[in-house]
Amino acid sequence: MYGRALAPLALATAAASAVAFGLIFFYAPLDADQGFIQKIFYLHVPMAIVALLGFLAGGVMAAMHLRTRDRVWDMRSYVAIHLSIILGLGVLVTGSIWAKASWGHWWVWDEPMLVSFLIVFLLYAVYQPLRFSIDDPGRQARYASVFAIAGAAFTVLNFIAVRMAAAYTHPRVFSQTGGNMPADMFITFLVSLGAMALLFATLWTLELASKNAAERLRRVRRRLEREAEHTEPGERLTRPAPIRPAPAPR
Amino acid sequence: MVATALAILRKDLRVELRAREAVPAMALFTVTAFVLFHFGFDRDRLDGDVAAGTLWVTLLLATVLGVNRLYAAEREQGGLEAMLLAPIDRTAIFLAKAAALLLYLVALELVAVPAFGLLLLGPDLIGPLPELCALLLVADIGLAATGALVGALAAETRARELIGPLLLLPLVVPLAIAGAQATEPLFTAPGVGEDLGRWLALMGLYATIFVLLSVALFDFLLED
Repeated sequence: MYGRALAPLALATAAASAVAFGLIFFYAPLDADQGFIQKIFYLHVPMAIVALLGFLAGGVMAAMHLRTRDRVWDMRSYVAIHLSIILGLGVLVTGSIWAKASWGHWWVWDEPMLVSFLIVFLLYAVYQPLRFSIDDPGRQARYASVFAIAGAAFTVLNFIAVRMAAAYTHPRVFSQTGGNMPADMFITFLVSLGAMALLFATLWTLELASKNAAERLRRVRRRLEREAEHTEPGERLTRPAPIRPAPAPR
Repeated sequence: MVATALAILRKDLRVELRAREAVPAMALFTVTAFVLFHFGFDRDRLDGDVAAGTLWVTLLLATVLGVNRLYAAEREQGGLEAMLLAPIDRTAIFLAKAAALLLYLVALELVAVPAFGLLLLGPDLIGPLPELCALLLVADIGLAATGALVGALAAETRARELIGPLLLLPLVVPLAIAGAQATEPLFTAPGVGEDLGRWLALMGLYATIFVLLSVALFDFLLED
């Protein structure tokens, strides 16, 4: 049921990524101050935006889970957060490389985006340990959902706090890259952002499809085992009943 | 609901008064931490940003101890099951736990802040005391809500002693930011907190969000 959208999504992701890389390397101008290294911006910033939106989406899906009691939503929330954690690691690594190249240090504390991101990442790093140290599946889903909702609210609050602290100690213009970017840079950025969002959507769909398939496989196998116990040796196996999607858990 | 919450709170406070477990441990922890900071920094007196940071980080770390003990008695002796069997609103349990943690924190600060002034703080403590009390009180409300929620989240996991602190510490970073930033000018010789209102507002926002969030989410943690 999840696999159907996978092929078109994957194709769209491949196409958008190809276009994005083409634009990054052949269309977007070299930055006057930073030179070639500034091109990491087209990877770093979209990754950060998509990861943050992934955390927020995970919170919304978790709220849907608590509201509808449908475990599908918990699985969606889990996959979104799990992918965002992986992207978040990428954000920290690319941000660190960019900081080293343009400011000379692997880490700078006066970049509020990067610092907020580290804090949010440290919080979400506990999501999986929390989730998998609860055995009961229903409770696991509920606790993970509560975490996801609190985490999404915290993400927003944390950005406000870190930006306030940075504005206090280092007064600065709102943004050096966002406001007055030349049009060709901005187009490249938008395409990169779209490609990253598509990549996220593809991976999300893929992981959900595989989890769904694994679940169905487990159910079929269990039924075959049950039937094998009830049939005499040599007797013809009854045809397995058509596979139906699982009834929604309570 | 308030009556139920008060009854649970009374029970928690009576247990704490008789067993004297959480608050003395937290107080001892902060004083020991101040001694460690003295040797760690190799300074007899701290002021300004270092003093503010030392005080706030120590208090936030001490909160972890309180949160770890908050649900310990319920878990070890099946108190939670008994409370869930009673026909009471689950929010009352949260309110009681948050109020208990709030009182623990206030009790802790009654010891820790004078101890800090005595042992480490360079400038006079009396002058900035009203501002500091206001900051601590607003921060404590936010901490109590976050701590009661995180304690409940961690209590049902297998590695609760690990999950609780790891979950709580990133969540209190905004309070550390606001607390340290607002306290720094108070601890700088004749300083007055110029931006006190801003940081109080941030702490107030934090407290509001986490109180509302915890009240909304707590029910889902106690549902079996």
